[in-house]
Amino acid sequence: MSSILTVTMPKWGLSMQEGKVNLWLKEVGDTIAPGEEIIEVESEKISGAVEAAVTGVLRRQVAQPDEVLPVGALLGVIADADVSDDLIDDLIARFQAEFVPPTDDEADAGPQTQTVQVNGRQLRYLKRGDGGTPLLLIHGFGGDLNNWLFNHEALAASRAVYAIDLPGHGASTKVTGAASLDDLADAVSGFMEAVGITSADVVGHSMGGGVCLALTRRAPQKVKSLTLIASAALGSDINGAYIDGFVAGNTRNALKPLLAQLFSDAGLVTRQLIDDMLKYKRLEGVDEALATLAGGLFPAGRQSAVLADVAAASGKPVLVIWGENDRIIPVAHASAIPSARVVVLPAQGHMVQMESASEVNKLIGEFTS
Amino acid sequence: MARKITYQQAINEALDQEMARDPSVIVMGEDVAGGAGAPGEEDSWGGVLGVTKGLYAKHPGRVLDTPISESGYIGAAVGAACNGMRPVAELMFIDFMGVCFDQIFNQAAKFRYMFGGKAKTPVVIRAMYGAGFRAAAQHSQCLYNIFTHIPGLKVVLPSNPYDAKGLLIQSIRDNDPVIFLEHKALYTMEGDVPEESYIVPFGEAAVVQEGDDVTIVAFGRMVNYAKDAGASLRKKGVQCEIIDPRTTSPMDFDTILESVERTGRLVIVDESHPRCSMASDVSGFIAQEAFGALKAPIQMVTAPHVPVPFAASLEDLYIPSPARIEEAVMRVKEYR
Repeated sequence: MSSILTVTMPKWGLSMQEGKVNLWLKEVGDTIAPGEEIIEVESEKISGAVEAAVTGVLRRQVAQPDEVLPVGALLGVIADADVSDDLIDDLIARFQAEFVPPTDDEADAGPQTQTVQVNGRQLRYLKRGDGGTPLLLIHGFGGDLNNWLFNHEALAASRAVYAIDLPGHGASTKVTGAASLDDLADAVSGFMEAVGITSADVVGHSMGGGVCLALTRRAPQKVKSLTLIASAALGSDINGAYIDGFVAGNTRNALKPLLAQLFSDAGLVTRQLIDDMLKYKRLEGVDEALATLAGGLFPAGRQSAVLADVAAASGKPVLVIWGENDRIIPVAHASAIPSARVVVLPAQGHMVQMESASEVNKLIGEFTS
Repeated sequence: MARKITYQQAINEALDQEMARDPSVIVMGEDVAGGAGAPGEEDSWGGVLGVTKGLYAKHPGRVLDTPISESGYIGAAVGAACNGMRPVAELMFIDFMGVCFDQIFNQAAKFRYMFGGKAKTPVVIRAMYGAGFRAAAQHSQCLYNIFTHIPGLKVVLPSNPYDAKGLLIQSIRDNDPVIFLEHKALYTMEGDVPEESYIVPFGEAAVVQEGDDVTIVAFGRMVNYAKDAGASLRKKGVQCEIIDPRTTSPMDFDTILESVERTGRLVIVDESHPRCSMASDVSGFIAQEAFGALKAPIQMVTAPHVPVPFAASLEDLYIPSPARIEEAVMRVKEYR
């Protein structure tokens, strides 16, 4: 039987309730393969592309550019070329008649973050999915669990996936004194015990990759495999101007050009993204937490810890993913672990898990299955 | 961690956290502790609308009920500030400031200058402003423009719970006299506010919505009306850039200028009367600094030059509405 599939407004992050259609990236009649970008959509926080899950032909563009639509609303229809127009019209009519936009209350009742006490610190985390070997997502310097908003849900289709806020970050305790990857790895180790994870596939981005390596050294039994994305601790180079500017920056104008260096597409740095970063940076204790960490991990524009040999010695499977044009940590570090599987994504920047989400999700899914 | 609380709770939390952090912070005003000259916390109202509720019990001896004499206790707060305290004086309604203008304009605002920088006056004067409460002409004015006019005063107009907390903490830690103004209609507004302490700096506007067609500068409660208008206009294909200056002194003119140079069209929304207002202030600034960029005459959406009416139907007409903002945006959009 021929298949018909709806393309709907995605939900990116906990707070997204509606999105604006920016533009169609495919025309009606185009043949589409899984993972291809179909339409660009913008939420309050970020813009991104909706990707195809199936092979087919784009038959209808239901949503028009600049339209603001609730999460779940119909954007377009993909179907095989032999599906009749009548059948597609019927499907659209039925969808529109039955579609009920989520209310504010339902949105509030959506996935909620939780907190857990670890060694006197409060750590925030978000769990999605159940079963399988748990997957643990660890963000980078100055980031938080929202760095995984395009990955978390997709990875959690058939397993439990946890994303945490490291100490000093997101909504976790700010006053930490943490100044090393070991300090952060111990917090992650404590977190795993607190929520009952004996061992996990760990995924770290940037500094979070360094945390995964430190965890492998200190508690190898808790690590089943390592996925290191644009990871720290694989060499001593790092963009020191970025780190120093980020620690010092407290205004929109100071942060905007810095955050733009994280992405290959500077258009992704929206007002809301900068405002959220400013809100985080203004919290009491954050300045100090970041300055302490930066001083310990990245003194004078160099990385103080290089743990590539830890990965090699551990014998664990390692996947390394990097953006070719990373302006924070050089892509040359991707080859630091000889035994690792290495994937360099062309034209991508430091936040490759956000900008090339479907590719990264697929790589992690295959690697950890 | 951020959670939803009201504007009123955000103000209370800022006071509570600053009192816990710094023993020189005190709260004083009419009924800020007790109700009817109450003997203890069981009868503690925490102000006419309960904004300071609970502080009396948590910080014994530091929440002071004063006589109904604004000139007396505002003067006392200013004097205490000169002598090492950080008083937060609540004046209830901004409309009552008239009786203590000397203490505010001629004393607090001038000390640093008159004493060659040797004196500092870290006093915060909180007051409610604004129409919409059927409270008639003597309890409904805005008047922030009057304080903005005086060098030496800082003037703060939070439009949401997040800003209310961060700006009040900055106000308390600031070494100059700060007039902190709370719109009555916003007390019940809910928003995400971090539990932790944080500062929102003075003189840094918030860009509430980005857009390239028309710049809207709105003050205090009007920011929320501008957002309603902006959301409606967005669905019609008009992209507004909405700027909330957050403080009118210091004022972030740079952000406004940068935006108008891009859009060429400006609408200013100010709940105050139109003459000598924030609307005319921003309008004059842009006419002088960005005349060449303007593609249409500047539009001011304000209340009329009349006292706030008591009749409900007239008061509703008096306050600028999202519909009037939308009309003004369309006028500048469609001009040429």
